[in-house]
Amino acid sequence: MRHIISILLENEAGALSRVAGLFSARGYNIESLTVAPTEDPSLSRMTLVTRGSDQIIEQITKQLNKLIEVVKLIDLVEGEHVERELMLIKVVAATAEDRNEVKRLVDIFRGNIVDVTTTTYTIELTGTGDKLEGFMAALADVKILETVRSGVSGILRGEKSLHI
Amino acid sequence: MELSGADILCRSLADEGVKYLFGYPGGAVLHIYDAIYRQDKVEHILVRHEQAATHAADGYARSTGKPGVVLVTSGPGATNAVTGIATAYMDSIPMVVITGQVPTNMIGNDAFQEVDSVGITRPCVKHNFLVKDVKDLAETIKKAFHIALTGRPGPVLIDLPKDVTADKCEYIYPENIDIRSYHPVTKGHPRQIKHAVEMMLEAKRPVLYTGGGVVLDDASQYLVELAQKLNFPVTNTLMGLGAYPATDRQFLGMLGMHGTYEANMSMHHTDVLIAIGARFDDRVTGNIEKFCPDARIIHVDVDPASISKNVTVDVPIVGTVGSVLKDMLALLAEAEQPAEQKEALAEWWKQIDEWRAMDCLKFTQGDEIIKPQYVVQKLWEITQGDAFVTSDVGQHQMFAAQYYKFDKPRRWINSGGLGTMGFGLPAAMGVQLAHPDETVACVTGEGSIQMNIQELSTCLQYSLPIKVISLNNRYLGMVRQWQEFFYQSRYSMSYMDALPDFSALAESYGHVGMRIEKPGDVEGALIEAMKLKDRLVFMDFVTDQTENVYPMIPAGAGLNEMILV
Ligand SMILES: Cc1cc2nc3c(=O)[nH]c(=O)nc-3n(C[C@H](O)[C@H](O)[C@H](O)COP(=O)(O)OP(=O)(O)OC[C@H]3O[C@@H](n4cnc5c(N)ncnc54)[C@H](O)[C@@H]3O)c2cc1C
Ligand SMILES: Cc1ncc(C[n+]2csc(CCOP(=O)(O)OP(=O)(O)O)c2C)c(N)n1
Ligand SMILES: [Mg+2]
Repeated sequence: MRHIISILLENEAGALSRVAGLFSARGYNIESLTVAPTEDPSLSRMTLVTRGSDQIIEQITKQLNKLIEVVKLIDLVEGEHVERELMLIKVVAATAEDRNEVKRLVDIFRGNIVDVTTTTYTIELTGTGDKLEGFMAALADVKILETVRSGVSGILRGEKSLHI
Repeated sequence: MELSGADILCRSLADEGVKYLFGYPGGAVLHIYDAIYRQDKVEHILVRHEQAATHAADGYARSTGKPGVVLVTSGPGATNAVTGIATAYMDSIPMVVITGQVPTNMIGNDAFQEVDSVGITRPCVKHNFLVKDVKDLAETIKKAFHIALTGRPGPVLIDLPKDVTADKCEYIYPENIDIRSYHPVTKGHPRQIKHAVEMMLEAKRPVLYTGGGVVLDDASQYLVELAQKLNFPVTNTLMGLGAYPATDRQFLGMLGMHGTYEANMSMHHTDVLIAIGARFDDRVTGNIEKFCPDARIIHVDVDPASISKNVTVDVPIVGTVGSVLKDMLALLAEAEQPAEQKEALAEWWKQIDEWRAMDCLKFTQGDEIIKPQYVVQKLWEITQGDAFVTSDVGQHQMFAAQYYKFDKPRRWINSGGLGTMGFGLPAAMGVQLAHPDETVACVTGEGSIQMNIQELSTCLQYSLPIKVISLNNRYLGMVRQWQEFFYQSRYSMSYMDALPDFSALAESYGHVGMRIEKPGDVEGALIEAMKLKDRLVFMDFVTDQTENVYPMIPAGAGLNEMILV
């Protein structure tokens, strides 16, 4: 099953490689991983998407908790949560027909066109992974030049939060 | 007054109460070696190879419970230390390792003797630090000792660039330290403990399966109290030997791959297994599918990740052994052991005694060839079971574990988790330094001893009167045994040709050497060696080449499927 592990960790050099090293050394898989500082500059927040049986996920969370730099963590899928991912996607939009079609799809998917040239559009889109994939599928014959995805970020719904 | 990083390091170690620093100098640590020269609080022990420094520090730690401390230079100094760090990591031994590093402005430039020590050791340390500012040094050292010693112990490495050891700042050693992201649990959950005690009192065929965690927590007395109060049988892992007195009636011996028949059969038939500070290693469980088929399992461990890792348990208790056992004893003080259980235990003991009657460790010593078991048995008798015994890795290690009956914890010093050949002699140096007046024996093989034999020189320099008991079978015996059993006796590379005359070699290092070839000479030689209280004696016992370690559980088998002879 897919799990989203949200981790509060010390914002220190090396903390990220400890997490990444743990996953490779123990043969756990990482589907995506994002990390950035929080409102408290001494802390980073990491969101890590992984898959595994309950037993493997239990080991993953225990092993992560053992890392000295990990302050706290939760598995977001255990509760109600919001999950979002940002995608930047550059497509060929050289003909009027393509430009119209892409513009229409971007509106339907509530994205933004953030950069325009005579032959390309760069689109910004946020949503769940499914939505981003849905958009790419909808582009159909439009040629994609590149896609850049941020990986999943997640947060608990309601008043609950992960903090120290 | 401002001190240099090098002086701060020495002062911090002294303030931490460190007595011995095991190390080897080099370019990146020259400032530190100069600071060592100018102080007299911490004694530096100069080894002959950095691996030996880590094993010696490790032996010191295992035999005292205090952290072992190591200092090596950058690059090859650090890489040579890695095996010893990994050895300590696998057996959860508290250790602080300081590695020199190239100056901060050169890090990442492939500078002379630069290696990413933090990166290389990351998977085999509990934690590591790179100190980039001398102002962080004292606090980092404090943190390193705190992390190494608390929770599940382990090695911590501090990588120290050369410029930081020259830079100066005010020296203040922190009294206490709080790391907000690190608060290991000590006290077990009361409800879980209550649940466990109820389950224990319902047991008809209980077994206490106890391991290195009991030794690490210095909690033997509570284990003994619990076992004796309830009349439950006890089996120890290789790492737990000595945690429960081996000569006591309730002790079943070691369990696992080379464990006793009675220990493994009891495990297989138990209905309530109480695992305490043991981690269900694959050498203990055999085939997991067949492990303890009838048992409900209670597991006490300070590391939540040890619990339900290999075997799913029914009652997990996260906490230190001592604290949890005390809580259990308090509950038991109020409870009455049910008469029903007493009856069931009488039956259980009857069954266990039948298994015991198999006498699975019996061997026959003839007149011609020395049996390795016989040497260990005599060593045990002559030292009255009270020596510190270190070992290397192989058959001799198993014979030492099976035939030396340890009645006290911290006396059996061996590499269980990593199984590091070359551990025995340097570990014995650390043990002997910590216990100058005690007998320290190193049981080794002709293969293993050659992996760190250069330390005979260190032993001379520091007058360490270790008794080296070499069980010389001219084979990498443990490898040979597997080849005999599982590769139709195709002895690929397991024969040790071109061996030195160990006795003469020891003599040339300035020690006493003996070569013992006849069974009739074993006892006399041991007695004579033990009389040489202030000399290292290298006893080269020429032993039976074909001897195997029994019982043995082959790969894939259950604990009830032992090969007995
Ligand atoms: C050639 C060879 C053969 C071997 N054969 C056998 C064999 O037949 N039988 C055998 O048993 N082993 C054998 N071993 C050793 C084996 O590989 C393991 O090292 C050993 O079984 C592990 O012992 P343990 O479970 O006690 O764990 P340890 O490695 O000692 O771990 C201790 C456990 O206790 C926990 N702990 C630590 N401190 C505390 C505390 N304060 N409070 C609570 N918990 C704590 C830790 O988290 C850990 O889970 C062999 C090794 C070699 C090299
Ligand atoms: C550093 C290292 N290399 C290889 C091994 C694999 N190994 C385990 S036991 C053994 C043989 C040990 O031979 P010896 O020291 O003579 O002991 P014996 O088994 O003969 O008693 C070997 C090679 C190991 N444990 N450690
Ligand atoms: Mg040998």
